[in-house]
Amino acid sequence: MEWEVVIGLEIHAQLATKSKIFSGSSTQYGAEANTQANIYDLGLPGVLPVFNEEALRMAVKFGLAIDAEIGMKSVFDRKNYFYPDSPKGYQITQLHEPIVGMGHIDIDMGEGKTRRINVTRAHLEEDAGKSVHEGFDGQSGIDLNRCGTPLIEIVSEPELRSSKEASAYFRKMQSIVTYLGICDGNLSQGSMRCDCNVSLRPKGQEEFGTRTEIKNVNSFKNVERAIEVEIERQMDILEDGGSITQETRLFDADKNETRSMRSKEVANDYRYFPDPDLLPVIIDEEYVEAIRATLPELPEQKKARFEAEHGLSAYNAGVLAASREMADYFEVAAEIAGDYKITANWVMGDLSAALNKNEISITDIPVSAEQLGAILKNVKGSDISNDGAKEVFNAIWSGKGSDVDQLIDQLGLKQVSDTSAIEEVVAQVLADNPKLVEGYLNTPEDKRAKAIGPFIGATRKAAKGVNPQVVMEVLKQKLNELG
Amino acid sequence: MHNKTLAQISQDLQAGEYSSVEVTKHFLDRINTLDGQYNSFITVTEEQALTQAKAADELRAAGNANEWTGVPMAHKDIFCTEGVRTSCASKMLDKFIAPYDSTVADNFNQVGAVSLGKTNMDEFAMGSSSESSFYGAVKNPWNEEHVPGGSSGGSAAAVAARLAPGITATDTGGSIRQPASFCGVTGIKPTYGRVSRFGMISYASSLDQGGPIARTAEDAAMMLNVMAGFDKKDSTSIERDVPDYRADLNKSVKGMTIGLPKEYFSDDLDPAMAQTIQAAIKEYEKMGANLKEISLPNTNLCVPAYYVIAPSECSANLSRMDGVRFGHRCEDPKDIEDLFKRSRSEGFGDEVQRRIMVGSYALSAGFYDAYYKKAQQVRRLIKNDFVAAFNDVDVIMSPVAPSPAFKFGEKSKDPVSMYLEDIYTLSTNLAGLPGMSIPAGMINDLPVGLQLIGNYFDESRLLNCAHQFQNATDWHTKTPTGLK
Repeated sequence: MEWEVVIGLEIHAQLATKSKIFSGSSTQYGAEANTQANIYDLGLPGVLPVFNEEALRMAVKFGLAIDAEIGMKSVFDRKNYFYPDSPKGYQITQLHEPIVGMGHIDIDMGEGKTRRINVTRAHLEEDAGKSVHEGFDGQSGIDLNRCGTPLIEIVSEPELRSSKEASAYFRKMQSIVTYLGICDGNLSQGSMRCDCNVSLRPKGQEEFGTRTEIKNVNSFKNVERAIEVEIERQMDILEDGGSITQETRLFDADKNETRSMRSKEVANDYRYFPDPDLLPVIIDEEYVEAIRATLPELPEQKKARFEAEHGLSAYNAGVLAASREMADYFEVAAEIAGDYKITANWVMGDLSAALNKNEISITDIPVSAEQLGAILKNVKGSDISNDGAKEVFNAIWSGKGSDVDQLIDQLGLKQVSDTSAIEEVVAQVLADNPKLVEGYLNTPEDKRAKAIGPFIGATRKAAKGVNPQVVMEVLKQKLNELG
Repeated sequence: MHNKTLAQISQDLQAGEYSSVEVTKHFLDRINTLDGQYNSFITVTEEQALTQAKAADELRAAGNANEWTGVPMAHKDIFCTEGVRTSCASKMLDKFIAPYDSTVADNFNQVGAVSLGKTNMDEFAMGSSSESSFYGAVKNPWNEEHVPGGSSGGSAAAVAARLAPGITATDTGGSIRQPASFCGVTGIKPTYGRVSRFGMISYASSLDQGGPIARTAEDAAMMLNVMAGFDKKDSTSIERDVPDYRADLNKSVKGMTIGLPKEYFSDDLDPAMAQTIQAAIKEYEKMGANLKEISLPNTNLCVPAYYVIAPSECSANLSRMDGVRFGHRCEDPKDIEDLFKRSRSEGFGDEVQRRIMVGSYALSAGFYDAYYKKAQQVRRLIKNDFVAAFNDVDVIMSPVAPSPAFKFGEKSKDPVSMYLEDIYTLSTNLAGLPGMSIPAGMINDLPVGLQLIGNYFDESRLLNCAHQFQNATDWHTKTPTGLK
């Protein structure tokens, strides 16, 4: 049977507020356990939540960025469950009246193509603490530093049809929240986490199959892998005539498998009800419009602008616009270089390769956008060759200097572009290689372009730092004069 | 000295009749000698009280005193007080030393009042008799075979027994007014949102409201001046100016219209109670007030709506008592599930567990619409009844409870009869209105209160009505037999 894959993602993104959603504690990552937990975070008797309006502003900003309906009245609910890292015995979240309603994003499908995916909703809630199971002699420790960090949970419609689409969607969400500056997008620190709902149905069937939920997948790669192995697992069961159990599963990246998280999964009744300690959040058009006015240029808009203003291909524009930091770096460098295409090729080529090789992100790059711009300005002006540019780039990267012009001098990369000087060298080369000249002259017109190569090599050997373009022109002219 | 009101003690201190240390010692001595009988205090903070009193006397000597400087009072053990056990009368919090002050406690500290200690109550404020306390039942100073009412039974009994001139309390369904009625003292539950709930351990968040219990309306006004006010730490507190609640006490009630809800004076009302309340209302007529029969048609829905909403909210509010970070923890838990279950089963008393279960049931998937949601809709109807009534009247009067104080064990075996104790008081909590109880007569040598219900933020009018009644009658000055 042919199966259709149905995937929906729930992405939790930590909002980059300074303090927690209902308390004044800091949200800073990585502090010593329980040093960022006050009486509210500890859930002591008598404490009450006070909503941090900054979280509201960020959630509305997100809603506007995905063209969603904004909840002019949103209501906080209590989701009741007992767990040691949930100090109040309930999580404050939004069930029926979320801050962000139906919206959509366009995901990149490769080769500049996009596909629209609807976003069901996004709601505000508080993050839980962490249980620490090691180092407590058979007991567990609780770290409540993370407890109460504001989250938006972004729920997609079940419209994703492959693991690739799922990771493209996750990537796009990361791109949007980081563009907006409402989340640092750091997957490894858990600033963004993803739950994947996966089911299969016979192709053409409208009704959904039974789904499983893979919890807390923490990288783009793992989203793809987890979904792929889960699809395979489900398909095996269904092909054998079995049925899927609705359950929560965990992805084990080492074993490359998903496994049931709660074996005795009893349907959990969260007994949601509106939190009587908090008033409904009412906002008006004026509030929303004021936030809209602060929206930065978003990936889609930036991509379109890169194509229209700078003449980049849809693919290049899309790749560069995907990350705000990358796009900003590119624009600063290109502005200085005075050439967007040369810069685009460089950023996507040598620069990206260097980042990947060293496993660092654009924000930590040792070569500033200004420095790259200065290097490429020299390329554009034919003062150095592309290889020369690489040498300067690598020199700065490895800390051998910071002034581009100085490095070009030091490394002797300055190209000779003076035509009369080159003409002299070329004349000498031709005089020294009569056989090559004869061979060239016997080559048919249409194959001469290839036959010119050895002369170029010889010329550059004879005079270091000559501009290959000028060499080429002079050579052509001289050879043509000969025959 | 202990027969003096808060206002008199305040004046005496200002006049230098005696020092704060003297009056504080006097009340501490009384508590130490007499409270064995009543069990109205859970914790007496003797050392702290004397330190505060001494500081107050020094402040006065330096000429920096206000009317509250050095005045002794106490708190219901539901208000968190820094460094002092705050138990809510539960085994669960028997060892809980609050690391912070509730806004109410802080307000009293700020004005320089002296706190004598923490008063007994029904466990987590759930009850109408103060029998469910982990620390034992509170006795009614008028007759020790009778309950003092609840849940603020310790506060009411202690004021009645002259162990403190004024004590804070809370009211979720009648917990200030019913014990005030049973103990012959004066109590007011303000409009919802008037007094901060920060640090006041939640029973039912949308109904809980702090207020004072004292002997006179004037004293209650003096305490409310300290308690009321907007607090940014409580999102449900209301940003609105606080008037001086004593300013209107002496206004005439002439021409005021008093509404008498026919549903509260039905044939079911005990004849002795009906007679007592009618006599009290006659006093107002004599003072020139007009009477008007009104209808609150949804009155019969108050008890069922309340006993869905309050347990539902408490079922979540009490989840934080899980044995993990504070409070009672069972011995040798075998896993986390066991730790939760046994800590809670051992730490909570029967009534608390009953309400948690009722609430959990009402909120369950499939029952939510039929119970919780329906109860909220009913609540709106009840509120609308009052809004309509206050178009025609200035204040509503009724009994506080169906009877005077009942005997121990009389209702504790039958939860439903206990729940019906609150039949006249629940409506104001559901509607969020202010309500008051003032001593208005005696039945079988036990005091009986008159309930005054006001419009939103009309506490000044209630206190005015109460004060005028107390000028005209002496019920509030009566002392329990056997007390000097």
